[in-house]
Order: sequence, then C-alpha cells, then structure tokens
Amino acid sequence: MEPQISETIKQITTRKRKSSKESKWVKVVLIFIAILYLSLLLFIPLAAIFVKAFEKGFDVYLAAITESDALSAIRLTLLVAVIVVPLNTLFGVAAAWAVTKFRFRGKQILLSLLELPFAVSPVIAGLVFVLLFSPRGVLGPWLVDYGIKIIFSVPGIIIATIFVTVPFVARELIPVMQAQGTSEEEAAVSLGANGWQMFWRVTLPNIKWGLLYGMILCNARAIGEFGAVSVVSGRIRGLTNTMPLHVEILYNEYQFSASFAVASLMSIMAIITLIIKSMIEWKTNKQEGKGV
Amino acid sequence: MSIQIENVSKKFGTFQALNNINLEIPDGQLVALLGPSGSGKTTLLRVIAGLETADEGAILFDGDDLTDAHVSNREVGFVFQHYALFKHMTVFENMAFGLKVRKKRNRPSPSAIKEKVYELLQLVKLEGYAGRFPSQLSGGQRQRVALARALAVEPKILLLDEPFGALDAKVRKELRRWLRKLHDEVHITSVFVTHDQEEALDVADQIVVMNEGKIEQQGTPDEVYDHPASPFVYDFLGNVNLFRGRLNHGKLSVGSAKLEAIGHQDAADLDAVGYVRPHQLAIERVKQSEDAIPAIVTFSHSVGPVVYIEMKLQDSNEFVEAEISKEEFNRLALTKGELVYVRPKEVKVFIPEDFVI
Repeated sequence: MEPQISETIKQITTRKRKSSKESKWVKVVLIFIAILYLSLLLFIPLAAIFVKAFEKGFDVYLAAITESDALSAIRLTLLVAVIVVPLNTLFGVAAAWAVTKFRFRGKQILLSLLELPFAVSPVIAGLVFVLLFSPRGVLGPWLVDYGIKIIFSVPGIIIATIFVTVPFVARELIPVMQAQGTSEEEAAVSLGANGWQMFWRVTLPNIKWGLLYGMILCNARAIGEFGAVSVVSGRIRGLTNTMPLHVEILYNEYQFSASFAVASLMSIMAIITLIIKSMIEWKTNKQEGKGV
Repeated sequence: MSIQIENVSKKFGTFQALNNINLEIPDGQLVALLGPSGSGKTTLLRVIAGLETADEGAILFDGDDLTDAHVSNREVGFVFQHYALFKHMTVFENMAFGLKVRKKRNRPSPSAIKEKVYELLQLVKLEGYAGRFPSQLSGGQRQRVALARALAVEPKILLLDEPFGALDAKVRKELRRWLRKLHDEVHITSVFVTHDQEEALDVADQIVVMNEGKIEQQGTPDEVYDHPASPFVYDFLGNVNLFRGRLNHGKLSVGSAKLEAIGHQDAADLDAVGYVRPHQLAIERVKQSEDAIPAIVTFSHSVGPVVYIEMKLQDSNEFVEAEISKEEFNRLALTKGELVYVRPKEVKVFIPEDFVI
C-alpha cells in the first residue's frame, strides 16, 4: 500500500508544480503589463513635472513658489483643507455610526446619498452652488441683504470642497464598523460607561486606522479639487486662487516653469499622502493579522 | 436579587420575538433559557439587561420597576456570545474598565482597582495573563476574562449569552462545570442562554424552555426532562419516539396494541400521539400484554455500555429507537430482521390539535 500512496503524492505534487509553472508565466506577463501601464500614465508624467519645474534652474523654481500669489494660493489651499477635513471627519463618523449601529427607516437612502458626490460631476456640483448662492441665485437676494458673500470668495470654495469630499471618511468607516458590530459598545455600556466614555475608550480606538485613512483621502482630494472649486472661486489672484487653479493660470500665461514648480509642490504633497496611506495600510494589516 | 418579567412582548418588524412572557427568576439561582434559534431566548436576555427595550410589559428587579432604566444603571453583568473583549486593551485593562469609567466619587483608587482585578484573575485562574491582549488568549481563556470583567463591577445579576457556544466540546464541558462551581461560590442570580439541552440539564438549577417567543415550561432539570409539559419540550429535550394512534377513553390504540393514556379518560375517538423516550422502551421476544407493539429490528449500534436499537413498527412502518444496556442486549441476543415486541414503560399522550409538529 505504502509505496502506492507515496507514488500518488508524488504525482500530485508534480502536477501542482506544473500548474504553478504555468501560472508563473501569466504572473510575469500581468506584472509587466501593469508596470508598463503605470509607467506611461503615472511615473513618466510625474518625472516630467519635476524635469519641467527645474528646467530653468533652481532659482526660478524657488521664485515661482515663493512669489506672493503662489504663497497666497498655498495658504488658501491649506486653509480649505484645515476646515474641510475636520468637518467631514465629524460628519463621516456620525453618518457611519448612524448607519452601522442603528436600525432605522431610510437607511438605504442615506447610504446612497452618501455616495452621491462621487456620482455627480464636480463641475455640476460647483454650478449648483452658483445657482444657489450667487446674487441672482435662489438664496442670493437674502445673502446680499445680510452682506454675505459666498460665490467668488473663500466660503464658496470651502462649501464646494466639502461637497466633493463628503463621502471619504464615511465610506472608509462603514465597512470597518459593520465588521466590528456593536457588541464591544454594548459591553462598555453594560459595564457602566456613558456615551462619551464608550466612544473615546472603545469605539475610537477600534476605528482609528480606518478613520485616519479616510481623513487622508479626504485631505488629498480637498487639496487637489479643481472642477467644483474653479466654478465657484472666480480665480481672483491672491484672494480666491487655490493651488490647482494657480497652476492652470500660470500655464495659460505660458509661465511653464513656474506652473510646473507649483504642480511639483502638489505632487510632493500627494506622494507624502501616499506614503502615509501605505503606512496605515501596513499597520492595519498587521493589526488584522493579529486577529481576535 | 430576584427578577420578575411581566407580560413582556417584543417585535422586530413583523417577527414576534417575545410573546407575552411571564417569568419569575428566584434570587441566587442559576437559570438556563433553553430553546432553538429564533425562540426568543437571547432577546429575552437582552431585554432583562436593557440592551433591548420591550414593546410591552415590565421588568422588575426585587420588585423595583427597571423597565425604562438604562443598561448602565441596571447593575447587570453581561457576558457576550463572542466575549466582546476590548481588542486594544490588555486583560488587566479589560477587567478594570467597569471600575475606571465610574464617576469620580464612586471610583476606587488605582491601587484598589489593581487589587480587585488581581483577586478576580485568581478567581478565573488567569493570574499570569494580566498583560496579554485578547488575541493572545485561547477561546476558553477569553471566556473567563469576559466573565471576570462582568464580575468586576459587582453586578446584582449575571447574564450570559450562549457562554460556551464558541468553544470546542472538551473545553465547553470543563468550563460549564467551572461556571457551576463559581456560581456556588459567588451566589449571584445568573441567567444563561443556551440551545444545548445537555448544557442546561448539567448546569442549571432551573430550566426555562422557550419556543417561538413563548415559554413552554419552567422547572428543575428533572421536572423538565421527566415530565415535559408539551410535545415541543419532549422533542427538544432528548430523543423521543412517536406512536400515532386513536385515543378512546384513556386508551391509545396503536395498531393492534393498546397503551395507557393517563389524563385522557374523557377523550372519545381522537387522533393522538404517544411520546416515549428511548430508554423507556422495553424490548420483549414474546407478547405478554396488550401494550406490546410488534416491530422488526433493523439496526443496532453500541456506544460504550449503551446499545441503540432501531426498529420498524409492523403496523405503521414507522421507525422507533430503544436504548438498552449491553447486558440486556446480550441476554436478548437480537439479530437484524427479527420480530420483537416493544413495550413503552411510560408514555405521555398529546392530542395534536393543540400543536403542530
């Protein structure tokens, strides 16, 4: 009996080896295609940005990013991010909490609404706000009466950015919180914790990586948003110009090196975001790997 | 502390999870809520804890109405089915949680908390594990941490949801014996939910059998097992053989045999079912009395000292199973295909119009 068994095992293992040999080919080809694709669409353009930015030397580069309009664009972009990210974080946590921890009517509708900003073109989103808030818009006369200016000023940019980036945090949190269920929260409450204690000591530590991940994606989009912002901003230099708009204006004025210099700054921000994102992914994988 | 449950009902959408439940749980007892899944046992436990609110009815602890009290004010310890340990906290932090979240004036000093936790760690035999995370513990250890965490806040009532459900058979047996011992030491009113009849019979002082949102029977394990109040309880607690027949003035006719139907003297010409446990079924080679039913031996197998014999009733072609000792089996020297007579030593007759099988 025994030699027969070992023979079968040998057959099975060789078959296995053979099949893995075949898939190796497929693997190599697929990896090659992926890398080629990414090189053409990502790496080469990214390199081109830096090459172009430094084309006329480091002095021109430095001048382009320290010029007052550029600095004001950087400031405005950061201001928008600083306001938008916390607001959407609060909203995202609240929405994810509502969707995952409670049973209520219209939950599916809320979930679909959360996705809406992804489905709507950013330019349309910007136009909606123009229609609402511009002096000739629906709420325009009322706003004019109170001297509130939203369109072609900073509040409009912030509102448009909030709209576009609303889904990020909630979308990251909902699956995480769904997977975790409510039992740890229930345990905390049954041990006498109040709502705040439950949130800070139990819920937040459990969702922190998902939350941070969502915040980073939200931040990246808030910094890079072009379409919606370009409609509502009016592009007043030094006042309502964000970095992406500034890049476009410089480019249209044939100031290629300056334009690419600001673009390179944005690329650096994006790369940093990507690195932080990968670190968080690595961290969460490690945590999940531990399992409970 | 005793628990009174009065007229409690609860619906989830159109599903009636609890249907007018009335139950009294005496002080200091270990009570099992036993039933199949969907019977409402977990819902009842969660209503007692305050994790669900009843649509109707009242929950009283020692006569105090706590129906509208929040979970955190009920002083119950709840042990969750999958333990619900805080993953990011060590065993020590998990167990200290309930004491640390207390309001400042009720909160023990850090040294007192530490003392309490170590005392409990000793009680659950996990002295060396204070610094471990839940992911570094086995299932049985996690269960003990969950229990100790619930006990740390000195609850008046301990509620356990399928406490041994997620453990393998051997650990489960050990842990339930241990729970029984612990209960005898701590003496706190405890209610646990289970679908495992053996577990309930083994551990509990009282068993509450539930089905479809209602209580079928409440009693000691012996009462519930030996004197089931309904066909459902008969069926759910242990194996049972059914003998379908006609009921007439205290006699159930099954084919040519007549069985004694106690408590049905007035019944006249009704369809009825006799319930007989396998160990209450005697096998005889010759027909000695009118309650012996002819059957053909179809299969037999032994588990340790017990032999299970499957037979087919000659009149109705239905299968029955008997449980006899090995000695008895050897004495009878049964072989497959033989004609024998089965005689129920005890039979309980139910009339099927009150229930559906």
